[in-house]
Amino acid sequence: QKVSVEVLDHLEHLALVDFRDAEGVERLQKAIQFADQLHEVNTDGVEPMDSVLEDRWCLYLREDDVTEGNCTKELLENAREKVEEYFVAPPGNIPLPKLEERETFLQGS
Amino acid sequence: AALKDRLRSQVSAALKEGRVTPTELCQRCLALIKSTKFLNAYITVAEETALKQAEESEERYKRGQPLGILDGIPIAVKDNFNTAGIETTCASNMLKGYISPYNATVVQKLLDQGAVLLGKTNLDEFAMGSGSTDGVFGPVRNPWSYSKQYKEKSVPKSHSEDEESNWVITGGSSGGSAAAVSSFTCFAALGSDTGGSTRNPAAHCGVVGLKPTYGLISRHGLIPLVNSMDVPGILTRCVDDAAVLLGSLAGHDPKDSTTIQDDFKPFELPNLTDVSKLSIGIPKEYHVPGLSSEILAIWSKAAELFKNAGAKVVEVSLPHTRYSIVCYHVLCTAEVASNMARFDGLEYGHRSDMKDSTESMYAATRREGFNDVVRGRILSGNYFLLKQNYENYFVKAQKVRRLIANDFVKVFRSGVDILLTPTTLSDAAPYMEFIQEDNRTRSAQDDILTQAANMAGLPAINVPTALSERGLPVGLQFIGRSFQEKQLLTVAKWFEKQVQFPVIQLEEVKRHDSGVFQHQKSASFS
Repeated sequence: QKVSVEVLDHLEHLALVDFRDAEGVERLQKAIQFADQLHEVNTDGVEPMDSVLEDRWCLYLREDDVTEGNCTKELLENAREKVEEYFVAPPGNIPLPKLEERETFLQGS
Repeated sequence: AALKDRLRSQVSAALKEGRVTPTELCQRCLALIKSTKFLNAYITVAEETALKQAEESEERYKRGQPLGILDGIPIAVKDNFNTAGIETTCASNMLKGYISPYNATVVQKLLDQGAVLLGKTNLDEFAMGSGSTDGVFGPVRNPWSYSKQYKEKSVPKSHSEDEESNWVITGGSSGGSAAAVSSFTCFAALGSDTGGSTRNPAAHCGVVGLKPTYGLISRHGLIPLVNSMDVPGILTRCVDDAAVLLGSLAGHDPKDSTTIQDDFKPFELPNLTDVSKLSIGIPKEYHVPGLSSEILAIWSKAAELFKNAGAKVVEVSLPHTRYSIVCYHVLCTAEVASNMARFDGLEYGHRSDMKDSTESMYAATRREGFNDVVRGRILSGNYFLLKQNYENYFVKAQKVRRLIANDFVKVFRSGVDILLTPTTLSDAAPYMEFIQEDNRTRSAQDDILTQAANMAGLPAINVPTALSERGLPVGLQFIGRSFQEKQLLTVAKWFEKQVQFPVIQLEEVKRHDSGVFQHQKSASFS
């Protein structure tokens, strides 16, 4: 059962990472095949486990007090593009080009 | 005579008594790092800051006010821990040039106790891998490749073949840290462990590798892979040292809400002499196909050792063991897909020159910054998290996870104190052989014995046990009950004493040998 080009394209959009070549696609196929072994296990009546510490209730909410901050300068130091105290991004709300118009290995498929 | 070799030279005592100064110690380690550069264990050597820390330590010793047992002790840290002012790369192009603005909690704790941070060690890119071969700075070489013990056993295939093509891997992903400890360039190192990344290289490099219980040590500042399984790992040359490091690192951290709130009391390990009250479990499912006959023999011998010493040794069953690696594969890729989403080029790390749109900039940045392994896991993870797959893969894996964790609970409830298993399938593979298979296949094979402990959040430790026929280290793994590190380490220490694992005989170390390193090949600072 091969993954369709539509799903592969969808994954590239979601992950914002590309299948560089046939090997990349093959890698996913193998990963799915490997994961399918899970279906051999009977999990009727079993609750999913989020954390091994579920019995200890350690995830807590703390008081809404400001305990640290004022580190704008340090935080901006690692950004490449900035203006005053802003991180600068290219224009947003422009979706990635469609499969036919994009530079992707999947185009040939 | 064998015992004398293992006697740790109290480096801490030596420092306290002024027989060696912190700066001398630091300088010797830095020199040794330089002469073992071919191992490629370090990505960044923080020479200036290390010497400064050593000087400050020296001042404290002069005043008779050392901060504690770790004051002046050189340590190394895996390059996926944030270290203020020092580059943190995760061996990836995505973070090349990234200077952390803060210290990970575990790093801060070590510095607060006066430890000297020598540098950041090499790893597989973003800690994904079991060989320490897939980082952008190249593979790490196992120091044992250059040991007398290995060279004596290797038969050169031709006149032209030399060490260059024969060297073996360290295992991974904390290979740099393991190599650093193994080659004496530091006294302890931090690694991380998500599926075995501390225990696997510890086994291949002949050092102690401790994976603490999930929730015991803070993950704040450890660049996350799988939030529900990651733990900082401890690599040392003996079990006592691991206990000392654990004592200085464990405990609740308000900055990591997944650390338990209970008070942690550091402990000294007792010298166990009577094991008759101990019950050791041997999980039969760990006798996996692919386990080398050599390791099987060593494992059996260890079980016999316990039995002959009076311990109760029983075969136990962890029925879902064979699904552990599949479960891990799904949960790991899913959490990775989420955790890697933060790398978009805006706030830190690599940024592509692409300017057309935010999304295309993100896509180009990630295309340029991540290697195949990372990208592959992100894509797989996203697949398992798709609406149509979520129940069948992600939630299913979470259910299987509970079954795996319950297997352990049942066994420990039946009266077993500690489990004894192999750590790896075989001794370290030659690099040329290892790279014949891709990263995912290798990880699936190599993580098989270690990663169930991460599934269940249990503490586990690799103890170097014996040399293989090729003259390379083989270790065995002990798995303990949640938060029962004292019991786990006590048993590990007893076992360490029984097996008398040989000291590595390295030319480079002999050349630097002096009073400082005398009697100290299996050195510790406790």
